[in-house]
Amino acid sequence: MKTLEVHKDVKEAVSKHGKKKELLLPILQELVEKRSYLTEDIIRDVAIEMDMSPNEVYSVASFYAFINVKPTGKFVVRVCHTISCDLAGKEEIIKALEKELRIKVGNTTDDRLFTLSTTPCIGMCDQGPAMLVNDDVYTRLDSKKAVEIIRDYKRKAE
Amino acid sequence: MAQVMERKRLLSPDYKLGEALEKALSLSPSKIIEAVKDSNLKGRGGAGFPTGLKWDLAAKAEGTTKYVICNADEGEPGTFKDRVLLLEHTDKLLEGMIIAGHAIGSANGIIYLRAEYRWMLKDLKAKIEQYKNKNWLGKNILKKGFDFDVEIRLNAGAYVCGEETALIESLEGKRGEPRNKPPYPVEKGYLQCPTIVNNVETFCYIPFIITEGPEEFKKYGTERSTGTKLFSVSGDCNNPGVYELDLGTKVKDLLELVDAKNTKAVQIGGAGGVTIGEKDFDKPIAFEGYPPGGSIIVFDKSRNMRHVLMNFMEFFVEESCGQCTPCREGTMRILEAVEKLEKGEHVSEEYLEKLVELAEVMAVSAKCGLGQTAANPFIYIYKNFKEDL
Repeated sequence: MKTLEVHKDVKEAVSKHGKKKELLLPILQELVEKRSYLTEDIIRDVAIEMDMSPNEVYSVASFYAFINVKPTGKFVVRVCHTISCDLAGKEEIIKALEKELRIKVGNTTDDRLFTLSTTPCIGMCDQGPAMLVNDDVYTRLDSKKAVEIIRDYKRKAE
Repeated sequence: MAQVMERKRLLSPDYKLGEALEKALSLSPSKIIEAVKDSNLKGRGGAGFPTGLKWDLAAKAEGTTKYVICNADEGEPGTFKDRVLLLEHTDKLLEGMIIAGHAIGSANGIIYLRAEYRWMLKDLKAKIEQYKNKNWLGKNILKKGFDFDVEIRLNAGAYVCGEETALIESLEGKRGEPRNKPPYPVEKGYLQCPTIVNNVETFCYIPFIITEGPEEFKKYGTERSTGTKLFSVSGDCNNPGVYELDLGTKVKDLLELVDAKNTKAVQIGGAGGVTIGEKDFDKPIAFEGYPPGGSIIVFDKSRNMRHVLMNFMEFFVEESCGQCTPCREGTMRILEAVEKLEKGEHVSEEYLEKLVELAEVMAVSAKCGLGQTAANPFIYIYKNFKEDL
């Protein structure tokens, strides 16, 4: 049953964007949006639909930080760890989120709701510390504010 | 009172919507290219290639299908000027791209937007729709017999894709690994078609050059670095933000303007730029001076530059695409040594000198700008802030 659903999502994404090879990235992006991360099944299905080898699809997918190829939570928290946000206190934010989510950076909560990670510069250097939760951007964080944002997502997911 | 003047040319609030577009579409492509050449506008992403020349080469390149690509993959640490342009000056960007299309004979525009800016996507798409409804995009624009469309494509989190050939690879659905040059994109770019790739800010100056003329543009800046430039300022200062300043502005004047106190060091031009101390603050930021990509990060006297160096090297290790050896291995070796220093372990002077040699090898042998500049933080911090290592 699950394989059938995967197959349907892949088919839909490919037919929406088209089978041209240059559209592989938009297709993978759409699948990540829908299913959080790409499983082996998804990659194999995309390869079949696009008439490419699964290795080729995987090699493209794994190149990009925002195309998750490992089990990832519904919400991906990406705290900027580059220098300006570092000067502004990103370490505190990371510590607070690790405590709140009870996981270390790079891991996913058991309920598969959150993945906590760090990311290079997100272009919010004048308003750091900053982070992304999926596509949404949050700036001028302090520990309290960061934790509240996460709790909001938790509530929304319930 | 700061000696340096903040300009409002590019960021001018009284922009006359559509004026440049109307005027440009009545001019021949060669007249537009001539004006851009006359202005001596150089690429605002940092590399500084003359925009007029790039357009001229693409216009003359053989091929019926050509592409105008806007590099909105702003990923350089400390840079956020394009964020402001994409949010608040979208009209200048779109008009600039349409004018570029007319100049080089292209009907296809692509904005390559970084994944980290996906939150802007909805507004940008709405703007494009507006333009389509006004017939400023689409077929027979303003009834001048010229067709042009713009689509937005997203990067997926890879800094190296800001390099133009890596960007093109990524657009083609591949790993974003830089290509060998030549051929240059103006001959064989996206899908092997003649392509210009320009920074967001570069396109945004075009309407100004068209309506006010190249001479007006050249009133600002220096002889070799004409015009104003946006600077993204962050770090230890009271007024971080985006500033429009003349190219050639001195570091110390900029520091005064942003109210930076007790400044120990300034990082100019992003992670691969230069790290300078007080003795060099009276020098200018320009194509003939410190790199004018626009990223300015200020460090005050409470900061340790070894920590800064480690942060930059972690960045490069993470973002090196891994394709060529000098960059992939070189960045790791330097980070390894800095990590040892950070832990208080001994690293011999001899070994650090070896790393300087390695850095020189990277600068000449890496394939793209990322690898060629990735060792810069080490070189500059080792040279200017040795006491911190």
